[in-house]
Amino acid sequence: MATSLTRLRDTAPKTVLLSAAALFSVFPLLSMLSAALAPQGSAPAGISIPLDPQWHNFVDAWNVANITTLLESSAILVVGVVPVAVLISAMAAYAIAQLRIPFGSVFFLLLVFGLTLPFEIVVVPLYYQMQSLGLLNTRLGLILPLIGLNMPFAVYWMRTHFQSVPADITEASMIDGAGSWTAFRHIQLPLAIPALASLGVLMFLSTWNQFLLAIVLIDDPDKRTMAGALQGFVGAHSTDVVLLNAGALMIMAPTILVFVVFQRFFVRAMLAGAVKG
Amino acid sequence: MTSLDGMTAPAAQAGAVTPARRSSRRAGAGASAARRRARWAGWLFALPALVMYAVFELYPVLTAVQYSFYDWDGIGVATPAGLQNYVRVFTEPQLVASIWHSFALILFFSLLPVTLGLVVASITREIRSQFAGGVARTLMFLPQIIPGAASAIAWTWMYSPDGAVNQLLSAVGLGALRTAWLGDFTWALPAVGIIGTWLATGLCTLLLLAGIGKIDASIYEAAQIDGANRIQQFFAITLPGLRSEIGVCITITVIAALASFDVVFMSTQGGPGYATTVPGVQVYQLAFTENRVGQSSALAVVLSLLVLAVILPLQRLFRER
Repeated sequence: MATSLTRLRDTAPKTVLLSAAALFSVFPLLSMLSAALAPQGSAPAGISIPLDPQWHNFVDAWNVANITTLLESSAILVVGVVPVAVLISAMAAYAIAQLRIPFGSVFFLLLVFGLTLPFEIVVVPLYYQMQSLGLLNTRLGLILPLIGLNMPFAVYWMRTHFQSVPADITEASMIDGAGSWTAFRHIQLPLAIPALASLGVLMFLSTWNQFLLAIVLIDDPDKRTMAGALQGFVGAHSTDVVLLNAGALMIMAPTILVFVVFQRFFVRAMLAGAVKG
Repeated sequence: MTSLDGMTAPAAQAGAVTPARRSSRRAGAGASAARRRARWAGWLFALPALVMYAVFELYPVLTAVQYSFYDWDGIGVATPAGLQNYVRVFTEPQLVASIWHSFALILFFSLLPVTLGLVVASITREIRSQFAGGVARTLMFLPQIIPGAASAIAWTWMYSPDGAVNQLLSAVGLGALRTAWLGDFTWALPAVGIIGTWLATGLCTLLLLAGIGKIDASIYEAAQIDGANRIQQFFAITLPGLRSEIGVCITITVIAALASFDVVFMSTQGGPGYATTVPGVQVYQLAFTENRVGQSSALAVVLSLLVLAVILPLQRLFRER
């Protein structure tokens, strides 16, 4: 009895503090939700418990914000960027860390230099580059730069993995006259699946949430990423608080949903990604 | 085994070629040439990544540097401008302001989240409940998952005249402080900063919690036996033990502050006036609404150099010894 009391006295403040931190993280989203459920045309308060929640607001927002189109568009971008970027970065990291290609470390240093470059320095030249290639306002014109801009982090990430592969596995994979490609495809790549999957998760998020490049390189909100589309949506509905919040929540929903389903995986990937980046 | 080897193989090994190895190499000259060819063939693996990186990152960076020395409206003929664009970055009021603001944002995007994260993480370090910990972790991660642009919309609503911030102020009897936070020349910048605090606090807390988990619990027990109180334990054990995690948090969040765009662009567009403008927003507006491509590029180059100038010393400071 006494011990459980002391334990309670010990853990209660910690639980309260942790709850407060968690509440701070969701509070703005709850505030949005409460506004999104208010009757349309009303002036909702900052946060309130909706007594008469208008769930159909989400249906309306779905149609007004063109969510179906946006989901397709973002999915196309992710499918265009992530598999290609994961594969070619893994190949490059394998070449640098295991095949020990000549000048590999120079290449790697060049990539590390790219790690700190903000997107702001490439966005304007990319606009004119895409214009001259005739790729402005096309999804390909966003997919290609995103693959290139992902390379520094992706190769860095995969190199860490390929460096940790025990030497005897590498040697064994080279025996029997199997070419480097066979060794890579049938032995190294399957072993790298956890690293590849984490990288894929991180890239999925960064592509889906990409904003600056999306609004610069694509004029038509329907061809942008979900995040980029928000700009058009806010421009059109900034005065309608209810619809705006409902629409913005719908636009966030897919990532939140994917996160909640795969959360263990996400948390591990993102914490590791932060440490490595 | 050529001099190129020094790049990849440990230098000592490449340098110290013993006579025995030299003779063995002569014997196997054919094999080593084949191996060398095989290593060059390895570039086939690296080529796609190199091409994509060169075409869509390195080339644009060089182009930006080139643009920065010209006056160009994006359509007509560019005229050489010498260093004029760079001079203006440090003299034109709105550009100078944008740089100062990005440094002010470091306080909110970086120092505040790391401090809060340290407090929460060190106090809750031995929380036993798996369930509560798991739920809290999920919720604290949410700000990292949703797009920055969407966070800006959430907070624009929080800060609006009818929003939750004003509502809370009234509720605690501070109704006199109600204001349109993002439209206020004094409060807009701190208000935008708080959005960054919100974005980064959860991630920093979780990173630091993970780091504390790696500190040997027996060290804390020993300190407790020696009579060290919680505050002493924090400064003697937790803080030094988290050196590299703190470094990671600070690095990520400082880059996010200096290169911020999404949050500021979607919440205030840099306004009111230029009260919250940051280099990212200026780069965008100079190039695409004011048609000053050269000026925009000069600012982008300065921004990139600033990020490097801040990050490199930080990396050195927090490198594990």
